[in-house]
Amino acid sequence: MSRKVIKSVTNLYDKKIERLAEVPDEKLPPLKNNKELKYIGRGISRIDGYDKVSGTAVFTFDKILKNMAHARILRCPHPHAKIRKIDITKAMNIKGVIDIITKDNTEKIDWYDGDTFIFDEHLRYQGDEIACVAAENEVIASMALKKIEVEYEILSHVTDKMTAVKEDAPKLYDWGNISPDANPAKYNRGDYEQGLKNADQIIEEEYNTQFVIHNPTEVHCSTVDWNGDHLTIWDSTQGIFAVRNSVAAALKIPQNKITVIKKYMGGGFGAKLEAGKYTVMAALLAKRIGRPVRITIDRKEMNLAVGNRPDSYQRLTVGVKNDGTLTALGMTMYGAMGAHRDGAGCQWPLRSLYKCPNVKVEEYHVAINTGRSRPFRAPGHVQGTFAFESIIDMAAEKIGMDPIEFRLKNYAEVEANWEIPWTTKLLKECYKQGAEAINWKSKRNKKAGEGKGPVKRGVGMASQIWWGTGGPPAYATVKLNRDGSVHVLSGTQDIGCGTYTILAQVAAEVLEIPVERITVSLGNTDEHPYGPSSGGSMTASSVTPAVYDGALQIKAKLMSGASALLGVREDNLVYSQGVIYSKDDKNKKKSIQEVVRETHEQILVATGARNARPQGVMLNSFGAQFAEVEVNLETGKVKVLKIVAAHDIGRTINRKLLENQFHGGIIQGIGYALLEERVIDHYTGKVLTTNLHNYKMPTIKDAPEIEVIIVSEGDDQISAIGAKGIGEPAIIPTAGAIANAVYNATGVRIRTLPITPDKILNQVYNIG
Amino acid sequence: MKEEKEKKEISRREFLGKAGTGVAGSYFILSSLKQAEAVAKENPLQPPETYFGNIQVQLTVNGVKHKVRVHTNTTLVELLRDRLSLTGTKVVCNHGECGGCTVVIDKKAVYSCQMLALDADGKDVTTIEGLLKGEELHKVQQAFIDKDGLQCGFCTPGQIMSAYALLLNNPDPSEEEIKTAMAGNICRCSAYPKIKESVAEAARLLKA
Ligand code: FES
Ligand code: FES
Repeated sequence: MSRKVIKSVTNLYDKKIERLAEVPDEKLPPLKNNKELKYIGRGISRIDGYDKVSGTAVFTFDKILKNMAHARILRCPHPHAKIRKIDITKAMNIKGVIDIITKDNTEKIDWYDGDTFIFDEHLRYQGDEIACVAAENEVIASMALKKIEVEYEILSHVTDKMTAVKEDAPKLYDWGNISPDANPAKYNRGDYEQGLKNADQIIEEEYNTQFVIHNPTEVHCSTVDWNGDHLTIWDSTQGIFAVRNSVAAALKIPQNKITVIKKYMGGGFGAKLEAGKYTVMAALLAKRIGRPVRITIDRKEMNLAVGNRPDSYQRLTVGVKNDGTLTALGMTMYGAMGAHRDGAGCQWPLRSLYKCPNVKVEEYHVAINTGRSRPFRAPGHVQGTFAFESIIDMAAEKIGMDPIEFRLKNYAEVEANWEIPWTTKLLKECYKQGAEAINWKSKRNKKAGEGKGPVKRGVGMASQIWWGTGGPPAYATVKLNRDGSVHVLSGTQDIGCGTYTILAQVAAEVLEIPVERITVSLGNTDEHPYGPSSGGSMTASSVTPAVYDGALQIKAKLMSGASALLGVREDNLVYSQGVIYSKDDKNKKKSIQEVVRETHEQILVATGARNARPQGVMLNSFGAQFAEVEVNLETGKVKVLKIVAAHDIGRTINRKLLENQFHGGIIQGIGYALLEERVIDHYTGKVLTTNLHNYKMPTIKDAPEIEVIIVSEGDDQISAIGAKGIGEPAIIPTAGAIANAVYNATGVRIRTLPITPDKILNQVYNIG
Repeated sequence: MKEEKEKKEISRREFLGKAGTGVAGSYFILSSLKQAEAVAKENPLQPPETYFGNIQVQLTVNGVKHKVRVHTNTTLVELLRDRLSLTGTKVVCNHGECGGCTVVIDKKAVYSCQMLALDADGKDVTTIEGLLKGEELHKVQQAFIDKDGLQCGFCTPGQIMSAYALLLNNPDPSEEEIKTAMAGNICRCSAYPKIKESVAEAARLLKA
């Protein structure tokens, strides 16, 4: 199938991302409905399950090379300081210490878009990197860290964004503390002031959300090995090509001199989307000492230095008529991006969830002396949806409307930011099926908190919109062997979502052969064609169409081969279950094995490409989650009894894996709503929650009953496969649904996450 | 902890007496590192054995007897991973907070990052690799595939070992008992609903 290079446009946040990419030059035939498919949509078991349950899966953390040295990083104990002097003499004298690098003995290497260097003398947060030690084992390396003597000039610090924006606050950069990219970031639609004038009711509320930490179970780590001028990196990463390109730029070596490999990784959730300083340090050390180096960071460093979801202060205003029509939406928000520039906003749910002609937004992204924020599963949308869906419920209550009815009243038929229609939007269906499944009508208290006794129950809901939906460039190579077995190769990653399995299902569907005959190989920059980073719920939606294209090309080659071998015209042949028959004479047939063999091929190879995104339409996923909670007003404890998640996510490729991923997003959402918080002592500027005891993540006991309802089939304007992506949609509405349910149960509205017992009790007893 | 350390060359208590320190903070044994340097000169390509310590412990891991030299502060998980290359057992927190390093000793689930290698002397340890029979999966492992009790798979060995320990002691656990037994194993991917199903399925498979 021929190719053409086109410009593919993605509307993502406020950016219009234009990418040139090679795509199939005709539209591929879309798949049928899932009921009629044999492999796609089925809940088959993970094909990488064996490796993971047997303990034989080699994660980056487990990569051992002969003669490998072990590296650890010395980090700044202060929130803000300058290095006066570093003395490594005592540390170097420890037997078993091989080498130590610092700013004094390495070149300056730009990092974080030129905000800083791999080793900077200006240390901007507790956890900023100072030195890196290579030793014979990890214990010795850790010991050496304690023997490095650093003289600091302590600088005054600021770890709270609302203090950091004040005139007299200590400054992190020449440009101050408010990011030049958002000082403020503004958005205006229609006439906001007029919208407020037209309103019968105006609701104004303040919300705060906390910092949370990704904390994947596998720490960030790399093993690196030089062979002459070629560097091989095993990295626990969500983006092998991103790592390759950043490390090549940092070390000033060509990209073809670096191989990045990631087979299995223990979670990322956004924290592993870019190359880490640690990988560059390991490469520098490995080059100096002439040995492979394994570098790991520990759980404390995970909680200090490799990313967090930014916090937020959101002042929201809603103007509404008594008939339920929204007339104005306003938002002023501050989000802390940590010590380096990164997005910290959350305006998009407010801008895109409902129909409202008049919108005004101002966002300030603020630098503070803490670890840098990083995208975390639906960046912005999780914070924004909690606050926005809380105030939407309050607006509905104010005018005496049911929350679902209110949302339907303001249902957006057209994407208002670009004024274009959606390819598909089945949010109404999500409301309908979700409400039925949770038993909305009978379980909802007519008046919040009306239940008897100290243990109260209630239900609440919240909606979701997300980008996802994928796009080019994304490629996959499909190889068919003489025995009819198949390889699928792509330079993307499986970060636990089941990419290995779903790609096999797509190839199986097209070639009509069992999944067991297919091997999928991912995560190698040398061996695989380009595949996207695993973020933004884009992997399935980008890569499955590429596999589909590749497999169709293989099928076309087989048809043409069979035609030559059988002497039957191609349009007189049918393909069924790996055998090609003549329509007229069923005895005239060739199996795919025979075609490969008899055409004297060893392997048939084709590389498929992701199709272009359709233009003039908007692509989003949607959903609604419904929570039933129980709140004990004597203890203040909230228990989530049930979550119903009804979503429009395009095609379901594997029902079992999809459910699992939904569970994961929802339970992380419960952690966000009720448990998790990075706590900082602003006086010392230090993080108090640096281990998994103090940083509370959900356990199996916090997992409620979860019902997942998928209301969508494939969206064939997106691609022939029609998947939109599910990783992020799953977490977006959970906290909002829980907060609304807590209100319905108790009459207590919690505006600051997490919803901990103290906050409930303080409100119930009117304290504070 | 039972005092069954006949075979050990030097008991833990004796050693600590000599070293005159607590376990957690101080493990730096200068004498051994000096020795190490000498060895290192002989063979500069291999990290010398003595970097790993000089106290011998003897233990059985997955049915195989091992004699290994360790430091006083070497943990069981370090012994398993760094010395025996059994990397199926993971380190997630290294602080006894997550269950990622769970192994089974005396039918009990044990956090191997919280047990000193010295305390594992004479013990019979089962790790995730030990559940396999050749290439064949144990039924608990199979159940985790069938019910998809995992996502990224990094916490999975710990989950499976906790489930295995539970089922050794209680072949027919209730849902509450499953939750209690598995509550010490954090799964950040939060595959919990399917982990719960996997454990129930494992119980069913083992009874069948
Ligand atoms: S690694 Fe041992 S309990 Fe977390
Ligand atoms: S499967 Fe990823 S942490 Fe449990």
